[in-house]
Formats: sequence, structure tokens, C-alpha cells
Amino acid sequence: MKAAVVTFPGSNGDFDLREAVQWVGGEAHIVWHRERGGLKNYDAVLLPGGFSYGDYLRAGAIASLSPIMEDVVAFAKAGGPVLGICNGFQTLCEARLLPGALIRNEQLRFEGRDIRVRVERNDTVFTTDYRQAQVLAIPIAHGEGNYEADKATLERLEGDGRVVFRYVDARGEPTEESNPNGAWHNIAGIINEAGNVLGMMPHPERAMEQILGSTDGAALFTSLVSSLVESA
Amino acid sequence: MTPELVADHGLSPDEYERVRRILERDPTLTELGVFSAMWSEHCGYKNSRRLLRLLPTEAPWVIQGPGENAGVIDVGDGWALAFKIESHNHPSAVEPYQGAATGVGGILRDIFTMGARPVAVLDSLRFGDLDDARVRYLFGGVVSGVGDYGNCVGIPNIGGEVVFDRGYEGNPIVNAMCLGLLRKEELITASATGVGNALMTVGARTGRDGIHGATFASEELSEGSDESSRPQVQVGDPFTEKLLLEASLELIKSGAITGIQDMGAAGITSSASEMAGRAGNGVELEMTSVPTRERGMTPYEILLSESQERMLVVAEKGREGEVKAILAKWELEAVEIGHVTDDGRFRVVENGVLVADIPVLPLTQGCPTYEREGVESEDIVRLRHTDLSEHLIPEGDLTKTFLLLLGSPNIASKRWVYRQYDTTIRTATAVRPGGDAGVIRIRGTTRAVAATTDCNGRFVYLEPRRGAMIAVAEAARNLACVGALPTAITNNLNFGNPLKPHIYYQLREAVLGMAAACEAFETPVTGGNVSLYNETDGRAIYPTPVIGMVGVIEDVSTITRHAFTASGDDIILLGTNTEELGGSEYLYVTADLVAGAPPAVDLDAERSLQGAVLAMTRARVLHSAHDCSDGGLVCTLAECALGDGESPLGVRVKLDDDVRPVGVLFGEAQGRIVVSCDPAHSEEVLRIAALHEVPAQKIGKVTAAAEGFSIALRAASVSASVAAMCDAYFGALPRLMDTPAREI
Repeated sequence: MKAAVVTFPGSNGDFDLREAVQWVGGEAHIVWHRERGGLKNYDAVLLPGGFSYGDYLRAGAIASLSPIMEDVVAFAKAGGPVLGICNGFQTLCEARLLPGALIRNEQLRFEGRDIRVRVERNDTVFTTDYRQAQVLAIPIAHGEGNYEADKATLERLEGDGRVVFRYVDARGEPTEESNPNGAWHNIAGIINEAGNVLGMMPHPERAMEQILGSTDGAALFTSLVSSLVESA
Repeated sequence: MTPELVADHGLSPDEYERVRRILERDPTLTELGVFSAMWSEHCGYKNSRRLLRLLPTEAPWVIQGPGENAGVIDVGDGWALAFKIESHNHPSAVEPYQGAATGVGGILRDIFTMGARPVAVLDSLRFGDLDDARVRYLFGGVVSGVGDYGNCVGIPNIGGEVVFDRGYEGNPIVNAMCLGLLRKEELITASATGVGNALMTVGARTGRDGIHGATFASEELSEGSDESSRPQVQVGDPFTEKLLLEASLELIKSGAITGIQDMGAAGITSSASEMAGRAGNGVELEMTSVPTRERGMTPYEILLSESQERMLVVAEKGREGEVKAILAKWELEAVEIGHVTDDGRFRVVENGVLVADIPVLPLTQGCPTYEREGVESEDIVRLRHTDLSEHLIPEGDLTKTFLLLLGSPNIASKRWVYRQYDTTIRTATAVRPGGDAGVIRIRGTTRAVAATTDCNGRFVYLEPRRGAMIAVAEAARNLACVGALPTAITNNLNFGNPLKPHIYYQLREAVLGMAAACEAFETPVTGGNVSLYNETDGRAIYPTPVIGMVGVIEDVSTITRHAFTASGDDIILLGTNTEELGGSEYLYVTADLVAGAPPAVDLDAERSLQGAVLAMTRARVLHSAHDCSDGGLVCTLAECALGDGESPLGVRVKLDDDVRPVGVLFGEAQGRIVVSCDPAHSEEVLRIAALHEVPAQKIGKVTAAAEGFSIALRAASVSASVAAMCDAYFGALPRLMDTPAREI
């Protein structure tokens, strides 16, 4: 499995994402946003966290207009798996590959800590190595992770089972206290209709080793690698 | 040139005479500005340089000592660690968000200009009491400034300190420390070698912000500083910084440059002249070549601008195009603004017309240095000799006092602060903020580096020499607690106006204390920063020599954390309880008093204690280790029990010391560490302690949270529920900061 980590000016989670893929035995390369046309040589496209273009406009808004996003959209339309984490999720929403938007955290502050999410779907290419309803401890680190969408979109997301990760407490319940940013329905990650584009605010790539606090993120990358090895 | 103009530039009549002798004529206005900046306290260390020479700076593992952008030490396996601390006190007092943000930006640049990739930031912050609305504004602004900048660039924050005391009202202390890793062979320095090589500015353009920031930082603040000084505060752009970081590291790897320096304080002037000075060369700069943000900037303004996110590099002759190409990839500019000369002069021209012509070495090295008169203030002598015996008699319920202390902003959890920081980016943070020290593992090795910042300003205020020793000792204890061998320090000397004899006394005594402790612990000083004139309307801050100490962990599997981990574990106290209450948080909280002598410190005993704890971590017999400091033993035990709040535990302790209860519980005696271990390992822990001649006693057990927190003394006891402790400890800062002002 060979993954492209697309780096925009201001991305800063690119190294971590590359390391995570390599940690589970995959291959990953950092692709600078000006390098057009190369994504077709990869099995998966990953958009890392960070502050693309400083996030001086809306988070991810400028990155979504970067020419390489045309390649990302084409890759996604062709069914290739695309994962956006944090700023990557914001960029996917701005690029309309995922519905809704990520607005400022309810408390109007950056929030960096471990939270818990529940795996709502373990039948996506990104989550097969998790148990259904498994509760994961994973770091978040964002100022704009408050997921918002109109009522119809939310109903569709829930109705179609496209919420993949939801903020929960230690017992696995999506309570108000366990919601770190005010996201509607405690949404932490969603997938597109076709099931190949996942966006999530938490950082599974930072939860790969016990010495860093948690290994709960690793299964996301093993899921992705094994599903791509199988399909190849 | 009028005397007023000279005075406005912060130069004394004698210093001005010296300038005239160096130039053998009157300076031009531009030259006066250049001297003013380079001979400011901030750049020239005129009142501190003689004292700084007293500090030990050498050890076999020191690769780069003081005098460069940052110190560098060998941390093994071919890796080197660059690290430094720097203050941004004055800007933060005026504009907390930008002041703090640019402080982080500056220290990051000091690290990556050594060829090191920044891997961690720490912040050491001090404010007045939080019941003041302006203090809350400063605190909130500084924390978000530190956070937003580091978060955006993508450097984890791994620790630091936050202190609240009226001694810092009006003059907050904002010190930022950065650590960077590099392969030893990648080290690059800031010198302008190679006559004919091009000088190029890279990064952001030069604007009119921060002009004379260095001189501003070397003055006292006053009532009116707020508004009129705003233009001297720079504005940070972390996005550009991130690009500049990547571009600089790529530049250094390419070999196309021979030297690089941040344009920090005094901007182009200091970077160009210092780089020339280190190489024994000269430079010639063409002002019209400098890319500016606005039209019509004079050479004076260009030379002294402190616009952020700029660097000066020396490009190998013929490789200027390569430099430009690398910068262009990162969507930044690189522009030739001059070249290296062989005549040892700092020469500035505008359209070819000479506007400044100064010999480099007198400018960079010739700043007059002073040894001032130092006399201890009698008020402080009296304070130190305050009889504290009445405070050893408890007033009211000890449990209530304990909870009051636990909820004091100085002791309460700083979660409210570090949750605004990204602590996990770069996937190397093995110990996050909230413990004794932060730890960053070195990928591809079994090693890690640890760092902490420490200083108890009250102790230094009451007795500067002892207080500074305590600061170094506490830092070393903190490192030992996570399993790191203390290796070197960077220091940030935050003091008042050194022209006042009682302030100079504090400065000299603190440096002497620091020197003694650094000698004893073999932790040389590899650099740092001096911030004087921290006064508002004539009132000085507590003398605050912040110690930023780094240590090395050879095997990450020996890393130890501060929180208890398992019910049933034994709790062992290393060190001895005393009745010392001087300068304690207990006195501040219960009696609104900063008085008495700081606790005694025995450097040999401290060294043995560090050795004992390190031996225990290496033998893997500990489940936790935590330094005993603010709030005394009872607060230390509470911190061990509560951890980060995720899985708090209970404590059942019995103390049989022949010391009065208030002393045992709340005294801040030095040289103590609380450890916990599996009962099967207790004997080994006690044996290692004995081997190092460290007093040790089993004092109790870790219990389930439901069993509560209880400490029994000979004639008193403290007993609280874990829920009440969590509420006090974790709730304090959110209650103060997130509640609308009128409700407090």
C-alpha cells in the first residue's frame, strides 16, 4: 500500500501521518501541493492536520482552492480512499467532498487533549480492524472542530449511518460533557456516501504507541493498509 | 546631536563620548540608532555581562556554549540538542497576545538557525493575582498567544510554569524555551565568513514595527506605556514562520549558505554586525535593496525594525540562485542586500551614499559593561527575619486549609492553560505538561530528552543566593523524577532596574547562587537571556532567574511520571520534613505574607537525592516520582493522587515526624521526592536510598479513590474526599477564567 500525504503550506501533521502509515508497514510519501498529476500513482490520499495558509481565512478554505485539490477530487471520484484529519477534514468540507462545516469550538478556545470516540461503523475501509462500538482514546488538537450542518444533512448523515466516530464518555455514551467542541450530535468523523472519503477531527496518527499515551489509532491505519492490500 | 537626542536613545553622556572616540567624529542619526540598539541591555548585556562570566559554561558534552543563537549539547547516538530560553516581558505587558506569540516565534528561530528542528516548547509565565481583571486579561492573552503560535507552527508544548503573585502585577514575566534536535554534523553557526559572499534577507519583509524594541525592552514601564508603546510591539505570523522553518532547514542541508541568524532584537543591525564580528569580517549593506512592506522607510528605520519572521543568511558566492530557489519553493523571498567584506567595518549605504560606517568589533564587543554597587535592601533583611512561629499554630481546620491551598491558582492544575496548547504533535511527547518535566523521545533511538523550567521568585526575593540555588536544585529534581540525568541549563534573568543598588545586589547574589548549584550538579550554562528593568512605576518584580534545564534519558522504558498508578502501592518519602515556612504558598494564602527565610538547601544532599531517584528509575522499581515543592508535602501527595484527573486514586499516609503539623504538611523544605512502588519493590527502593545516603521512609499506601485521602500526623490529621480535591484542584482556574467578571 502506497499513500500520498498531501502537504500544503502550513500543514504540520504531514510527518506524523507518514510515520503512522510506515509504522503499520505501509509506504507513504509527502507530496507538495504544487506537484500536480502524481496522485494516480498512489493507493490512498491523506490530508494532514495543521494550519494550511495559516487558516487566516476559514480553516482549510484556501487549501481547498489549491490546484492539487482537483487531483484529490478526481482521485476520490474514482473511488480511491481519501482520509482528512483535522485541517484535512476542514479542507475536505471546504472542497465539498464532505458535507457540513467545522466552525470555531463552542468555548472559543483551542482544545488539545485526549478524548474518547466511539466507532460507529466498523465496515468502512478505514475501520475494519475496530470492533463495532469500540471506544478509543485519541488526542484532539484544534480550534475549529465544531461540526455543523443543516438539519436535513444531519438527518441524512445519521439515517445513512455516515457518522463514523462520535465523541463519548468512558462508558461509551455521547454526553454533552464528552463533547470537546460543541459538535452537533457529538460528531467527530464522517464519511461520504460512496464510503471512500473520511474526515475526522481526532488524530489517530498520534495514538500509535503506548509510550505516547495510546495505541488506539493504529487500527485505522492497519484497516486501510489491509483493505488496500486485499483489493490489489 | 543634542544631549536630549542621545538620552532618548538610552545612551549616557559617557557612552556617547565612547561612541565619538570609536568613530573619531560625531555619529550620524542612523549611527546613533545603531549604537543605541547594540549597546542596549538587551543586546549588549552592559549591566550583566561581568556577572555572567561567573557562571560555569563548560563540560565535555557541551558542543556550543554561550554567544550563539542557542546552546548545543551532545545527547548521544550522534544527536545534539539545541536549546534556549528568552523573555518577552515588556511586549507582553503592553499587548499580551502578540507579545507572547512573538516570544515563541523568536525562540523557535534561535533554534532552527542552529540547524536544529524545533521539537518542543516550554513557557514560564508569571502574573499578578488573578482577582484583578487586567491580570486575567494579560494571562488569557499570553496563554492564547503562546498557544496559537506554537500550535500553528506545529511544535508541541511540553511544560513550563505559571505563577500568580502580586509581585508581578503590572509586569508579567513571559519566558519561552525551545528545544531542537539535530545530527551533530549538521550544526551551523551565525558567522559571516567568506569575503565577497552575499548577505541575503529571507522570509518576511521589513516594516516599521518594533523599531527600537531592544531599547524599549531595556527601560522601565510606566503608567502610560500601554498605549504609546504599542508600536514597539511586533506582530507575529506563525504561518510564515512555519515556511521559514522548513526553508531554513532545507537551506542548511543544501550547503549553499555558510551562516544564518534570526533578525531578532535590533533586526538587521544586530544580525549583520554580530555575524561579521564572529567571523572577524565586515559587511556592506545597501538599504534600497532591503525588501520593505511600505515605501519611504529610512535607513534608520530599516536597520532597527524588528519585523518578525526574517533571517539573515550568508550565501556561498555563486550559489545565491540556489538560495532563492529553495525560498521560492516555500513561497518566500530571498534578496541580496549586501556582502561580506574584509575591512572589519559595518558599512551601510543608501543608493551608494554612505549613511553609517562603524568598526564592527567596538560595536558588537565594545559595549561598556558595568559593575554596579550592590546593597541589600534593609526592608528585605527585616522580612527575612520575620518571626513565623505563630504561623506554625494552625488556624482552624487543617483539611479546609489544605483544600484552600489545593485550589490556589499557584498549586491548582494548569490544565486550563495547557489544554490550549498542542502537546502531541510530532508524535514524540512521552511526558506531557502537568508533570515534573516534559519528555521528548528521539525517534530511531532508545533515548529521550527532558526539560523543565523552574524558579520560585519569592525565595529569590527573600534571599537571592539561596533562592537561585533552590531554582537550580528544583529543576534538577524535576528531571530526576522523570528519569533524566540533569545535563545543562539555559537561564532567563528577569530582574528590576540594575542601577538601583538593591536590585543589583539581587542580580549578583542570584548569579552566585546559580553558579554554585550549577557547579555542584555539573549542569553548565550554555546561554540564556537577561531581562532587566522589569519595573512598573518604580516597583520591581521579584528577582526571577528562571532556570530552563535539560536532561537525557538513555532508555525511554525507564521514564517515570508523577501520578500514582495503582491502589495498594507503597508510598515512600525521600528526604526530610522540616518546619520551614519562609516564602511558602501557605503563608501567602493563609496570611497574605511573603516573609521569612527560604528553606535551607544542601547541594550535596540534593545531588545524592537526584542520584538515588535516577538509580531507582533505571532499576525500574518505581511506579511514580514527584518533586515536593509548592504547597508542601500534602499538596505533593494530592497531585500524585489526582494525576491528570482521568483516574484519580486515594492516599492513606501516616507521618511520625517530630515536626509540628503545619510544618510537615505545608512547609516547603527542599530535597524531598515522593515515590510509589509495588510493595514487592519497597525494600529495593529503601536499599538504593540508603546506598546514596538519602533518608527514606515508607509513609503509607495508595488506595482506591473511594477510600479518600487521609494523612494522619502525631497530633492532627487531614482527610478529604477525592471528589472535593478534584473540584478544588481542577476547578480553580476554569472558575476564575471562564466566569464573567461580575460573578467573581
